[in-house]
Amino acid sequence: MCIGFKQVAPIKTFQLTLTNPSKMDKRTILNSTHFEITLKRLASQLKENHHLFENTVLIGLQPRGIHVLERLKKILESDLKKELTCGQLDITFYRDDFRRREQPIIPSVTNIDFIIENKNVVLIDDVLFSGRTIRSGLDALLAFGRPKKVELLAFIDRRFERHLPIQADYIGKTVDTLSSQRVSVEWKEIEGEDKVVLFTQENKNE
Amino acid sequence: MNNLSVDHLIGIKDLTKQDIELILKTADSFKQVINRPIKKVPSLRDITIANLFFENSTRTKLSFELAEKRLSADVINFAASGSSVKKGETLIDTVNNILAMKVDLVVMRHPNPGAAKFLSERINARVVNAGDGTHEHPTQALLDAYSIRERHGDDFSGKKVVIVGDISHSRVALSNIFCLQKLGAEVMVCGPTTLIPKFIGELGVKVEHNLRKALEWCDVANMLRIQLERQEIQYFPSLREYTMLYGLDKKLLDSLDKKITIMHPGPINRGVEITSDVADSDQSIILQQVENGVAVRMAIIYLLASKINRS
Repeated sequence: MCIGFKQVAPIKTFQLTLTNPSKMDKRTILNSTHFEITLKRLASQLKENHHLFENTVLIGLQPRGIHVLERLKKILESDLKKELTCGQLDITFYRDDFRRREQPIIPSVTNIDFIIENKNVVLIDDVLFSGRTIRSGLDALLAFGRPKKVELLAFIDRRFERHLPIQADYIGKTVDTLSSQRVSVEWKEIEGEDKVVLFTQENKNE
Repeated sequence: MNNLSVDHLIGIKDLTKQDIELILKTADSFKQVINRPIKKVPSLRDITIANLFFENSTRTKLSFELAEKRLSADVINFAASGSSVKKGETLIDTVNNILAMKVDLVVMRHPNPGAAKFLSERINARVVNAGDGTHEHPTQALLDAYSIRERHGDDFSGKKVVIVGDISHSRVALSNIFCLQKLGAEVMVCGPTTLIPKFIGELGVKVEHNLRKALEWCDVANMLRIQLERQEIQYFPSLREYTMLYGLDKKLLDSLDKKITIMHPGPINRGVEITSDVADSDQSIILQQVENGVAVRMAIIYLLASKINRS
């Protein structure tokens, strides 16, 4: 059996009987303890490949990837006793769904005050889903130079949902989901608690 | 709301406060973009924009063209001089011929008030008014508001702005009055009686004829150019006399007990409405206005283009 499957909780969508059909079914798939362990493991994996981060920059994708970046940065900086070069990248203007949405997306802040020419870049996002955000991110990244290498870190990987040939180099947790479901990564700094929640929509057949 | 309430930008009068705030907020992101090593984003790569200038322009035309190109739109330019307009073609015919080339958005400056509205009701493309006679110049008002916000902060309530000069012939003045009032600022107009419309008080603006009193009252002074090309009769005895009464020099500026911000929509007639040392002083944000113009116009085009139906 593939090792990757060990982490995955089986999802029995049709067994979820909803007493109140207006509510969404909500299930925690990563609690705060495992959340912290996962972050520490990702930090260790980054250290393994990037040693002292001398030629490496970490870039969080707006809006939610920057929280993964902030926490990893905190762990890595206290371990390495040095400051890491980090940035925040907004990809709104590079999206491939402009004029295909009901409403335009309000852009967030891009904060990259360095040039990534010849640097190793680790792109960081919270949930890897269709891969379209990452494609836009790669496009947006080029405005800051030609990186030597770009890697992708995804805190949650919703595999089987990809629209593009994009895979992460570092994965916090892999989950198998239906496209109608929603995965939300919540942070103690914002929502009050570290956890990953899986939302399942009401079953309309019932 | 992430969407503008309008399909065309004809005048500030049609916009809501939320629309204005959305444009200013979106412009923040575009200002970041135009300060990067690569100043271009691919958002509008399948949009074609026509810039139709039936009246002379330097800043606005360049600013729009740059904004469009930085959004990756395809741009065609048209100037009335050297075109078939001189051969007697009507506005609608000219524009329809251009639209037959599959244009999605039209930016137009025209000497007749209401030209942009007229066009927007008759053609199948989005229209951005880049100045229609003495009516409105909405993008200028938005970039002025953006520049004030950059210097004085997000909250416009209680901010005092005085517009000095030829209010009667100024589309910048009218658009600025609407824009600043919608954002919550207080507006005063200042100039000789002959250059201030008789019923302007009904728009809720203060009227002052003494420049010193106006400057003592305000936080921001927007100095307008005397539009001699639109004045069919003489409104004041001489430019020299106008300058003596309504020209801003360094001596007057320094004699005020606070540091006010000086704006000018350009083109400046140095030594008439403001002297060179005022225009080049650290209180002046005239060049920031020009820089912000590109970001604000990118935001406007981006938001309007997002409403263009793909089918």
